[in-house]
Amino acid sequence: MKRDDWKDNEYIDQLVEELNASGANVVVGTLDKLINWGRANSLWPLCFGTSCCAIEFMHLGAARHDMARFGFEVTRNSPRQADLLMVNGTITYRMAPVLMRLYEQMAEPKYVIATGSCNISGGPFIGSHCVVQGLDKLLPVDVWIPGCPPRPEAMYYGMMQLQRKIMTQKYFGGVNRQEKLKDFLAEHPEEAEGLK
Amino acid sequence: MNLQEKIASLCPSATFEEGEYLLVNVADKEWHSLAESLKKELGFDYLVSVTGVDWNESLGCMYYLTNTETNEKVSVKVATTDRENPMLHSVSDLWKVALIQEREVYDFFGIVFIGHPDMRRLFMRTDWVGYPLRKDYDANPELNPIRLDAEENEDDSFVVTEDENGKLTKTDYKIFSENDYVVNFGPQHPSTHGVMRLRSAVDGETITKVVPVCGYIHRGIEKLCEGKTYPQTLFFTDRMDYMSSCQNRHCLCLCIEKALGLEVPRRAQIIRVMFDELMRIGSHILAYGCMAMDMGATTAFVYGFREREQLMDIFEKTTGGRMSQHYHVIGGVAADVHPDFIKDVREFCAILPSKVKEYHTLVTGNVIFKNRTIGVGVIGKEDVISYGTSGPNGRASGWSCDVRKRAPYAIYNELNFDEVIYNEGDSFARYMVRMDEVMQSVKLLEQLCDMLEKEEGNEYIAPKVPKIIKLPAGHWFQEVEASRGAFGVYIESDGGKNPYRMHFNSPGLNHVAAVDKCCAGYKIADLITISASLDYVIPDIDR
Ligand code: SF4
Repeated sequence: MKRDDWKDNEYIDQLVEELNASGANVVVGTLDKLINWGRANSLWPLCFGTSCCAIEFMHLGAARHDMARFGFEVTRNSPRQADLLMVNGTITYRMAPVLMRLYEQMAEPKYVIATGSCNISGGPFIGSHCVVQGLDKLLPVDVWIPGCPPRPEAMYYGMMQLQRKIMTQKYFGGVNRQEKLKDFLAEHPEEAEGLK
Repeated sequence: MNLQEKIASLCPSATFEEGEYLLVNVADKEWHSLAESLKKELGFDYLVSVTGVDWNESLGCMYYLTNTETNEKVSVKVATTDRENPMLHSVSDLWKVALIQEREVYDFFGIVFIGHPDMRRLFMRTDWVGYPLRKDYDANPELNPIRLDAEENEDDSFVVTEDENGKLTKTDYKIFSENDYVVNFGPQHPSTHGVMRLRSAVDGETITKVVPVCGYIHRGIEKLCEGKTYPQTLFFTDRMDYMSSCQNRHCLCLCIEKALGLEVPRRAQIIRVMFDELMRIGSHILAYGCMAMDMGATTAFVYGFREREQLMDIFEKTTGGRMSQHYHVIGGVAADVHPDFIKDVREFCAILPSKVKEYHTLVTGNVIFKNRTIGVGVIGKEDVISYGTSGPNGRASGWSCDVRKRAPYAIYNELNFDEVIYNEGDSFARYMVRMDEVMQSVKLLEQLCDMLEKEEGNEYIAPKVPKIIKLPAGHWFQEVEASRGAFGVYIESDGGKNPYRMHFNSPGLNHVAAVDKCCAGYKIADLITISASLDYVIPDIDR
């Protein structure tokens, strides 16, 4: 794939535009860049492998494809240490609560990659009585990777698009503060009670 | 006296149907006593499969039994016409494999088994409404939305018992008592090899009981198959046990071909078997890598995957797919092999023995590895037969259960290979069986390369495969040796384009049933090594 093709992503262009429109402070902007560079190159995935796609993800970790080159190799088994939820495989009705719980346990800023056609639409199991027909029914997803299973190269493409997205995001006052304390307390009165 | 006469003398009211196997129709009230004599007097010690079927006018089960000494086979049909409160007698006291397979039938059809000690749902959530494989199942999504709350009452189970006068009593109970200290493991854990959940009661560090909770990747494949045409159903086999996708698909193809009476060209058979064996090597290498990784030896994983990548290249050249090949089709294979195929396979076979030696140097002699596997997770021969734990796990306990030898299919009877048997029955033996089987597969592939060369240019698919495939009314059962054991397909057809009922009898489900038996009495840390050595693949269990 040519580099120009890789850069062809309207969604990210739009992000950049938004960023430029609101204008960035020179100091904060530079710091943003530095932090984002670090964040994008050390994404720690929570490996949430449920089925076939997970085996291809294992290939990504092995010698030939070696995801350590991109800073993905620190796959975490605890959601608290992960930046990225990599959903490899079908999500069924029985699994959905578990997935949601893990997602909620992850610290902000967090990202989700949905791998495989199962997660896009139910894929081969479309119409099944117990397969979640598309991960967007449950979670906000950043990158979709089509394939059944996607080739390791395709997984890289998707993961690198996420890196691009992170690099264009506004960190200070942006993703590091997705929820203001005030808003949070307004939504969760029981927590506010606790603070008093 | 032939088998039919023997059974007739044991149970005069039984009726018989000839077919690929003798089919015995028996009323439910006589089923348990017949089962007992089948096992004790006629030596049918291996219950291959329990398949629930909804025949509209009745609900019931097909049981496939095998005598492991003589390889005799028989099938039994037991049904009930009561759709409101269907009940059958359980045979789980005779064959342990029925413990889990009858639970599957209960989950899908709502048939309660009298005398079964643990009637919980197996794959569906505990609060699921309805029994999905019944023909009158209400698929309204409002009844069963995506529920995001935890499952309550997951400990609740019940047992229905019958006294001498035939009076039934239902007793509710909890699978764990109040004093049990329960350790939960999974469903999302890197060492469960997927989304298995094992709940174990421990006494100090010693495991007293393990309760597997399945269904976290239950995708409803059997139900989906009923709405698909036969060529479409092939698609799912690659996604059940993705480490034996070729064998699974081979099995379904064989079953459909058997029903159609279709002759498969010899060249296609050779190619199929070659892919099966390549797949087996890939699966055993992965099992090796993962088992070592579960014990902390990450390097072994990288070495194993090095050879897997080479294997993937061979697959990819011919089929275009790395993991899911979709290569076997009804009547043969989808396309001819790549011109380099034989050369590549020969090269692969040439290097593999030295690589396997490397694996042994890395892991097998290691003190930690030995201490954690030798004498751990022992299961005896009688138990593996009773639990139906076939494949490498069964052979590690001295049970000669290889379908390639027991009931040769395709061209296996022309090939020269040994069935690897160990007698220890511990984790180490299970590991060693796999490593030795890799070498046997190499031996097979070398012979197959020679055979394929002789068939150069011949047909790779039967010339007369019908465009629209309709099976005659009837039912068929076919087994092959997948990477993890005997994989079976049951097809029931009503003469239409779609299967009336399609059941996949996966080896993994039986392995999971045996986890409790293997682990009881060992330490909680051994749970990891034991389940790694059993090497189950979860989508194969849950389907
Ligand atoms: S997308 Fe395909 S390979 Fe991935 S989990 Fe679904 S069925 Fe398996």
